[in-house]
Parts: sequence; structure tokens; C-alpha cells
Amino acid sequence: MSLVHEIDFGTPRSKSEKEVTLTIDGQQITVPEGTSIMRAAMEMGTQIPKLCATDMVDAYGSCRLCLVEIEGRPGTPASCTTPAMPGMVVKTQTDRLKKIRNGVMELYISDHPLDCLTCSANGDCELQDMAGAVGLREVRYGYDGENHVFAEQNGVANENWLAKDESNPYFTYDPSKCIVCSRCVRACEEVQGTFALTIAGRGFDSRVSPGMQESFLNSECVSCGACVQACPTATLNEKKVIEIGKPEHSVVTTCAYCGVGCSFKAEMRGEELVRMVPYKDGEANRGHSCVKGRFAWGYATHRERILKPMIRAKVTDPWKEVSWEEAINYAASEFKRIQKTYGTDSVGGITSSRCTNEETYLVQKLIRAGFGNNNVDTCARVCHSPTGYGLGQAFGTSAGTQNFDSVEKSDVVLVIGANPASAHPVFASRMKKRLREGAKLIVIDPRRTEMVKSAHVEADYHLPLLPGTNVAIVTALAHVIVTEKIYNEQFIRERCDWDEFQHWADFVSLPQNSPEVVAKLSGVPAETIRGAARLYATGGNAAIYYGLGVTEHSQGSTTVMAIANLSMATGNIGREGVGVNPLRGQNNVQGSCDMGSFPHELPGYRHVSGDEVRELFNRDWGVTLQKEPGLRIPNMLDAAVDGTFKGIYIQGEDILQSDPDTKHVSAGLEAMECVVVQDLFLNETARFAHVFLPGSTFLEKNGTFTNAERRIQMVRKVMSPKNGYEDWEITVMLSNALGYKMEYSHPSEIMDEIARLTPGFANVSFKMLDERGSVQWPCNDKAPEGSPIMHVNGFVRGKGKFIVTDYVATDEKSGPRFPLLLTTGRILSQYNVGAQTRRTENSMWHAEDVLEIHPHDAEQRGIREGDWVKLQSRAGETSLRATITDKVAAGVVYTTFHHPDTQANVITTDFSDWATNCPEYKVTAVQVSPSNGPSQWQREYEEFSRQSRQIVPEAAE
Amino acid sequence: MEAACAAGRKGGVLGKNILGSQYEFDIEIRTGAGAYVCGEETSLLESLEGKRGQVRAKPPLPAIKGLFGKPTVINNVLSLATVPIVMDKGAAFYKGFGMGRSRGTMPIQLAGNVKHGGLYEVAFGITLGKLVDEIGGGTASGRPVRAVQVGGPLGAYFPRSYFDTPFDYEAFAARDGLIGHAGIVVFDDTVDMAKMARFAMEFCSIESCGKCTPCRIGSTRGVETIDKIMANDNRAKNLETLEDLCNTMKFGSLCALGGFTPYPVMSALTHFPEDFGASPKLPQAAE
Repeated sequence: MSLVHEIDFGTPRSKSEKEVTLTIDGQQITVPEGTSIMRAAMEMGTQIPKLCATDMVDAYGSCRLCLVEIEGRPGTPASCTTPAMPGMVVKTQTDRLKKIRNGVMELYISDHPLDCLTCSANGDCELQDMAGAVGLREVRYGYDGENHVFAEQNGVANENWLAKDESNPYFTYDPSKCIVCSRCVRACEEVQGTFALTIAGRGFDSRVSPGMQESFLNSECVSCGACVQACPTATLNEKKVIEIGKPEHSVVTTCAYCGVGCSFKAEMRGEELVRMVPYKDGEANRGHSCVKGRFAWGYATHRERILKPMIRAKVTDPWKEVSWEEAINYAASEFKRIQKTYGTDSVGGITSSRCTNEETYLVQKLIRAGFGNNNVDTCARVCHSPTGYGLGQAFGTSAGTQNFDSVEKSDVVLVIGANPASAHPVFASRMKKRLREGAKLIVIDPRRTEMVKSAHVEADYHLPLLPGTNVAIVTALAHVIVTEKIYNEQFIRERCDWDEFQHWADFVSLPQNSPEVVAKLSGVPAETIRGAARLYATGGNAAIYYGLGVTEHSQGSTTVMAIANLSMATGNIGREGVGVNPLRGQNNVQGSCDMGSFPHELPGYRHVSGDEVRELFNRDWGVTLQKEPGLRIPNMLDAAVDGTFKGIYIQGEDILQSDPDTKHVSAGLEAMECVVVQDLFLNETARFAHVFLPGSTFLEKNGTFTNAERRIQMVRKVMSPKNGYEDWEITVMLSNALGYKMEYSHPSEIMDEIARLTPGFANVSFKMLDERGSVQWPCNDKAPEGSPIMHVNGFVRGKGKFIVTDYVATDEKSGPRFPLLLTTGRILSQYNVGAQTRRTENSMWHAEDVLEIHPHDAEQRGIREGDWVKLQSRAGETSLRATITDKVAAGVVYTTFHHPDTQANVITTDFSDWATNCPEYKVTAVQVSPSNGPSQWQREYEEFSRQSRQIVPEAAE
Repeated sequence: MEAACAAGRKGGVLGKNILGSQYEFDIEIRTGAGAYVCGEETSLLESLEGKRGQVRAKPPLPAIKGLFGKPTVINNVLSLATVPIVMDKGAAFYKGFGMGRSRGTMPIQLAGNVKHGGLYEVAFGITLGKLVDEIGGGTASGRPVRAVQVGGPLGAYFPRSYFDTPFDYEAFAARDGLIGHAGIVVFDDTVDMAKMARFAMEFCSIESCGKCTPCRIGSTRGVETIDKIMANDNRAKNLETLEDLCNTMKFGSLCALGGFTPYPVMSALTHFPEDFGASPKLPQAAE
């Protein structure tokens, strides 16, 4: 193994289909029109010296090292900014060029420290490489002139010198090593789209500056790492590299945070992870990253990570560390005892959207085949189950229709109930890039999110609707499209059922669905709704991206269907640039759904009642599967409270923190006799656990994740599991102890089984993924290359189905006691329940959850910035600090749920989606009032938390 | 300009329905923040867009992708001022002035130590000597003319021996000089040409946008190196370094600011080596 060196072609790939042929150094080469001479040379293996060029950003032409000579042209043009032309004859190395390059390097080095041996970029520095490449042997200017290198000169302070900025927890900025190539500035602009960096001053005073000469931490920087990756020197360098040294080998793997599924090179020194560097060949992220994937992996070695199995008889007992054998046998014997006493159906399990496809598959297999029932569910229940249902009904498949590249071809982007800039940042960057190129943007969100207005991106229409009125708004958009006859009749006649369309068109045309009527209940002006509808229908390729702001409502499934209707009515589906795209929250939530994690579906979304499908699994697994769907998570908890559900195996999910109505969840868990939690940390749910099985991180296992674009990507083990086993191995041990034999020596064998049993995965194997990098399902004989875009020549279900979407207001209404509506969301630096990110330096950006409240509502209640406030709903109350902002409308408050001590889900209610039970996190009627500090519940909980986490170490040690 | 535009609008030659026709044409004046480099066409565009006045790499040429990414025609005031006469008397009339490939007239700005300074529009082809001695009337101080800088702060210094050079792009280029914006600055025999070379580097370092390396660092190093030469610190070696630096800046710079700074420096060094403490260069007989 060695470091994966990615070729830097210097300038981005040209997407032209026209080709040009030119001659470089006597060799003919053919490249797409628009390719730079620099890239053309690199394509044939000749690296023209360069410093300011890198293929993640556009050519800039500032370093002047890449000059070439072109026959018939005067001067020495820069090869990065000069496009290859037909018949051009280029020389990359002549005496004249050598002299200029040497002169330029001499200037660079005249203002750069000569501390290569002790420099953190030693051996990984392009300046060093270039000095070597041009044969620089002497710097005749000396070091007594003006410079940015020395803090003082001849005993006098050097005004040009700036101290190292170490404010960012993950990387440092050392201005004394900066060569002002602007790669960081351009990466921040072009790749990330934050525009946090600039060059301050001019001439010799030019220097990289975060914001208005602020520190990195205090600037608008979002710590995505694009600048660090772009920096050719040690100026911007990872603190880990400074601390450990240069990595020596790297392994390509997939990030375990959100559903974007960024591909990374884990750069290692032995088994020590030095840094994660986004992989340019990763088709989801195309070489970009966010603060979480790039930097927030320290939780893997956090001291709070549990590495030894533990058991206890009662949840009030302290934990006892035991051997793996004892823990597994204890869990198995408890499950067997419970099933013997209370019946086969008295136990169940939850698969994890954080674990691999193979692990998820095994857990549901253990439950269906080992436990002998279908009581399996997954966290998608509480996020995108309405997507599965709604898109399944309309199109025939329950997944996003596009690949991420598709957004590059969009003319109109409609974002609804999602804030990709926070929750799917790498995709947001790609979307913003397209928006800066001129695509139009519509945002439907109660909050004025970063998508509505940020650097060089502004929504053409923002529909700040009242939480809970999604269906009304989307149907009103349809009303405009139908009544103004701007639908795509040809598409509808060809691809959909025309009668169903007419029935639906009659419905949406009803006066109650007009923007003027909907304006009254949603708070969005009718003209804004009309304008947005017209833009979506007539603005060219229009794509919809949506998130949990759509699904986590009592009418979540209805909104998903309403979205599907919009795309079909306007013909915006089945090609690049369009489509319906759920932004999946967790790294493998798509995969966990694909793998049969729902109680009613076997892998591949096939209903358990299907005799043929069940027979296929019966034969392969050697069991007789139940034909009735099992219990969903809320039903398991209800049954537990009722006394009929007694044991649960939870892999990698923290239902106590993430699921709604915390008190109900804790009551359910408390009523069980055996709760087995498999996780990295003693999470909230583990307070009620009897067996704790320490899990492994994504760095410690092999397998696959499937991202929001249905892309299956390899997760590769870069270090041995600190807990001793990969998660799939633990499930195998448990299954074998339960008496259901599982034999796998490697996760690839599990994938082979999945492929054998699941038509959409038929051609997928580890070997294929190793060769191809990734593939988007379905991938089978019909689509051997996978399926970047779905429904290309027709819908999976046959004809697209228009479904009437009656708006039924949620029962959760604001009133005199609870006059405000609470909605919840995420922030960039923290992830979900925060189990990982809270155990990293990311907490520097978001140390606690705060309540966003409109100045008017705050004023009325006498609440000032930073005050503790009590947040109360009919379900419960909690306290947190308030921040006053007009990002939320009057009448709406907002918070995140990253911190367990906030307990935002004490507030959320038990209302849920009518079709899928997905909880209504996004609407809770609340009251906010000033408070002195944490609530009684929070204080009691903290005490209980302390008690329930006591551990008695293994006696022998 | 503002007043002229206002008069034009009032007179119906600017704005909508020009002189009663259906044509529309207007002029909007934008004031820059004063950076010299914003006279360079691409940094002018950046400045107009509200960004740092920083040079863009070409291609794409502004005519293809200019202001706000749109095709843009950029004209100097000089060109615009020539339009009326061409429209009035025809192209042949205008073309009738000048010599060689340099056709028409040029507004000459005579300045510096000159008796009759000012603006003169003359046809191309007049000799430098005629411009300085006859039109300009020699120096204001009455002392002999030692050097003239033609073309602006980045133009080359010509000695009296070059006064036979006709005012023509090719003729000036053949003597390593340039016409530039046709500014002529006259110096008498008290001038220290090493200081003038230093001034050119200093000017460049003050006005550099900072984008490309030869100009950003080179101009500062140029000042320092000339200082060392003037102080007789390792003079021979530093003269060589200065020449190499000028080569790097001339051929390596992104725009004419860094690219042309070597003209005043090298011309001063070539024609007045004694001011640098260097021995005069022998005429290049071999050529």
C-alpha cells in the first residue's frame, strides 16, 4: 500500500464533445475543445511546472511558471489559461522558458522561509517540488529585503509579518509561508461557494485574509477544508499533519455522516489516521468535503468510546464489563427466555442507517430468520419513510431519481423543506455553483435559511410558509400550473395515465387550492406562489430537492406525492437536470431501506406477504418467514408499554434521543426485560439497556454504503476495530448464539447474498465496486452500468400516477396556551443526535442547541439575546437559551436537536404521518417564556444519566 | 465628462430617440478608485464589476467574455475622440496622416522639464527630436536635454542620440521603446538615471495588483537591487541580477504593468550605464 496520488491536471476537465488535436513537444495529442494546454500536456504525461493552477478550480494565470512557447505566437503564454487549438505546436521546455521559470522561482523563494526540513509540508509541498523542477540553485536577492517571513529584522518588528492563525481547531494558517497563489480563495469561492476568503492589500502587501482580516474561526469560514486541500504549501495545513507528520499510505473509503456519501482518502501512518482528504474520483462529491467528513472523525478514538462488552440485570445497576462470549451468550439467552415466556413476537430489533448495507442486511436477517418474526424497523421510520411510500406510489420506486451531477444541468432548482447548506453541505456547494452560473432558485421553507440568501446566491422566490402547510402550498403550485395551462401535455399523455391526470387536474383547479386561498392559511403571498409555479413550470430543466421538512409531518407522504405530481405535470422527470430528489439524512439510510429494514418489506422493497418472494428467502435462508408485517418502532414501544413486547436488539441508533416524545420512548424501553444496544458510546438509549455491545466505526470495517443518489460505494477498513469486532461480526455471533447459523468470512460474501436475492443489486459485488469505484442501483442485466437517472423511458411502475392530495391541517395547532409553532432542523457543524460530532472540536461552532425566536415574539415575552427560556408543549417542557433572529417569521420558533441535555424531543408530540408513522417533528405548538435554567426534567434526567452510566471494571484487571 | 453627457442628453444626442430617431444610446460615467492598474482593460472590468482591481488572464478576450461575462468592446478615450473626424471627413482623410503602419494622428502630452508643455495632436511620423526641441522648445531649465521618457511611466528613456526616431510604433519598438499613450517627459542633464530606474520599480511595486509573481515580488526586489547597485554593494553581480529580473518581469508578467516596467529600467541602464556606476556597454558590433 502507498499513498493514492491523484493526478492534478491543473485545470478542470472540459465537457466539450468537440475534439482538437495539437502537438506538444513533438507528440500529437487529441483533447476536448476548451482543454488548456497544461491539461493536454498532463494527459500525455508531461507536467508543466505550475503553482497557482489546480484542477479543482478554474485557471488563474498568476504564478507564471507554466509559460510555454507556441509556434507562430509571440511571447510566452501561460499554458493554464491558453486553450489548446487545432494544429497548435507547443514547446514546454526551452532555454527561454527555463530562464523565466528560474527567475520566477527565485522571486518566490526570496520571500519564503528556508525551513524545509522542519516544515510540516516537507515532502508534500508543491513549492518545494517546483524549486526542484526548475533547477533553482541560488536566491541572489538575499534575505535582508522586504519579506513576510521574519517576525523581526535587525531587532525591528517586521510590519509585513503576520502571526500564525491557529484559531480553527483543525488547521492552521501561517501567512509567513504563503505564496499568494489564491488557490484557497478560489477554492472557497468556486468549490465551496462561501466566499469567506479574499486577498487583502495589493502588490507586495497582498495576503490571504479570512473576511476583513479576521481569524479563521471568527470569519465566515465553514471549515470545509477546500482551502487546505488547495494550498500548495504549509500555509494552510491540517493540525494533525503538523502533529503526526506526513501520511505514508492511503485507503479510499466513504464518509459516514450524511447521505451525500463523500468519497475520501483516509491517509494513514500505520494504523493512525492522519487526515481525511476528499477523493476527486468520488462521483458524489467530486473532490469536495465539509467540516464533518473532512475533520470530525476524532470521535473514533474518543475516551468515552466503549470498547468492552457490558451487561447488567437491572438498568439501575452499574454496568459490569464482561467477555464478548459472556455478553453474547447473555443476550441470546435473554432473547430465548423472553420468546419462550412471551411468545415469538415479543422481541424485535432496529437496524442502523449508520452501518453498512451488509450489517443492516444481517440484522434484519437475524430478526426475520433468527427471531422468527418481522419486528424490524429502522430510523428511516422517523425521516424518509414518507418518501418511500409517496414516490413508490407515484413512480414505482422509492428513491431519488437523479445523480448529483444532474444539478449541473438544472435551470430551476426548487428546494423544499431542506437546508442543504447545513445538512448536505457538499451537495449544497455543487448546487450553489450551478446557481451562480445562472440557474434560478425557489425555496419553500419557514425559515430564511442559508439557501435563501448567501454569498452570490439568492432565491428568486422564497415561500416562507407556516409549518404544516406544505400540502396546501405544493397543491397551490399545481393549481397555477394547471389553470394557467403551463403543464406538459405531451409528457403526461406519453408517460402518465391521462384520465388520472384529468381527475387530479380537476381537483387542483378547485378554488380552495388557489394561491389566493392558500395564501391565507400558509402566510405566503399569492403572487409569490404564482411566480414560483410559473418559474418551475416554464424555466427549463427544473429539479426538486427536498428534505425532512417535507416528510416529518402528519401529511408527509401527501407532500411527497404532491411533489411527484408537480414533476410529472411539467415533464420534469426522466432526464438530466430535472427529477425529484429526497436529500437523505444519514450516510446509509437509502441502503438500510433497500436492505429490508422495514417490517413489511424484504430486501428490495418486496412485501413480506408475497408468497413467491418469501419462498425465495425461505429457501436461501432455510427458514419459514412470517407472512404478516411486523411492528414499527412506535408500535414496538406501545406494545412494550402494554407488556407484550419485551426485548429489543438496537444496532447503531439512539431512539431515546432521536425519536419523538421522549417520555413515551423511555416508558417503552423501561418496560422491556432485555434491551441490547450496539453502539460506539453509551448513548441515551443505553441508559435503559441490559447488554451493551461495543460497535465499530466506519474506519474499522469493510462494507458498502448507499447514498441519496442510490450510489453504492465501498467502505474500507483502515484500522483494526478497537472494540475487537466489526459490527457485522457481532451480529453473526449473536445469531449463532441464538441458534440461527450464519457463516460469513467477509462482508463481500454478504453482498453476494444480497445480489443473489435482490434484483436491483443483481450485478453488484465488491469486485465490481473495487473496479468501478461506485455504481447506482438498479444494477443488473437490464442496467449493467447502473442507473444514474431513473424513469428515463417510462416509470418503473409503468404509467406515472397522479394522486389527489387533499390538504388536511395537522391537529397540532397553535392556540392560546401554545401560540407559537416550533420547527426543528440541523446545523452544519453537528450531526444528528451529535453522538459523534459532539465528541469532536466541531462543538466550537455549536456548543449547545439554542432557540431561534423572532424579535417581535421575544419582545412580547421579555426575552433578550442569550436568555434561558422555557419551551413548553402539551407533551413536555425543556429549557435552552434563546437567540433573537428574523430568520424565523413571527409565530415560528426553531431549534436543533444535537444535544441530549436540550431534549428537544421532550417537546415534540406523538402525531405522525398518516401513511408511515413518520413523526411530526416539524410542527409542535409551543409556548416560550423566560426561565432561570434547566427544567426539573432536565435536572432529574441528568442525575439518572449519571447513575445509569456507572461502570464496574472487569474484576480480573 | 458629466457636463458633456448632460449637454448631450439635453441636446437629444444621448438617451432615447436620438435626434428624433428610434435609436437609443447613452453613456454612463463610472469613477474608478484611482488604481493605475485599473487602466488595464481586464482589471478595469473587474473594477467596474465592483471587485478588486485585479488583472484577468487572457484568453478569453473581453470581446468574447468581458463585463459581467458578456462580450465587451473596450475603447480608449483616444479612440473615441478620433471617431468624429473619421465620421466627418471619412476614413481616407484620417488614414492620409501618419507613416508606415501607424496611421492618423496622436495627441502628444509634452511634460516634465520642457519649455512649452501641453497637448498637441500631430500626425505619426514626426521625429522625437522635432517634438521635444521644436514643439517643446527644449527644457524649461534651459539646460541640455539628457533623456526623454516616451509612453508613460512604463515607457523607455531615450537619449538625445535617438532623437531621429520617427513617432511610429514600429520605429519605437525597433529601439526597445514604445509609444504607449504618447506622454513625453523631458529631463535635463541633472537627472540621475539610476534614480529614475528605481522610480520605475517603485511605481510598479506601488501600483501592482499583486496577482502575478514577477510583478508582485519582482518590483520590490527591483527597488532593493537598484538600491544595492547605487550603494555599490556587489555592483557587478547585482547589475546582472537586475537584468535577469527585468527579463523575468518582461516575459513573465501577466499584464503590461509588470511587463513594461523593464522598459524604463533597462533603457536607463543601457543608455546611461554611468549613472549605475557601470562601464558603458560597447556598441553591439556583432549585430
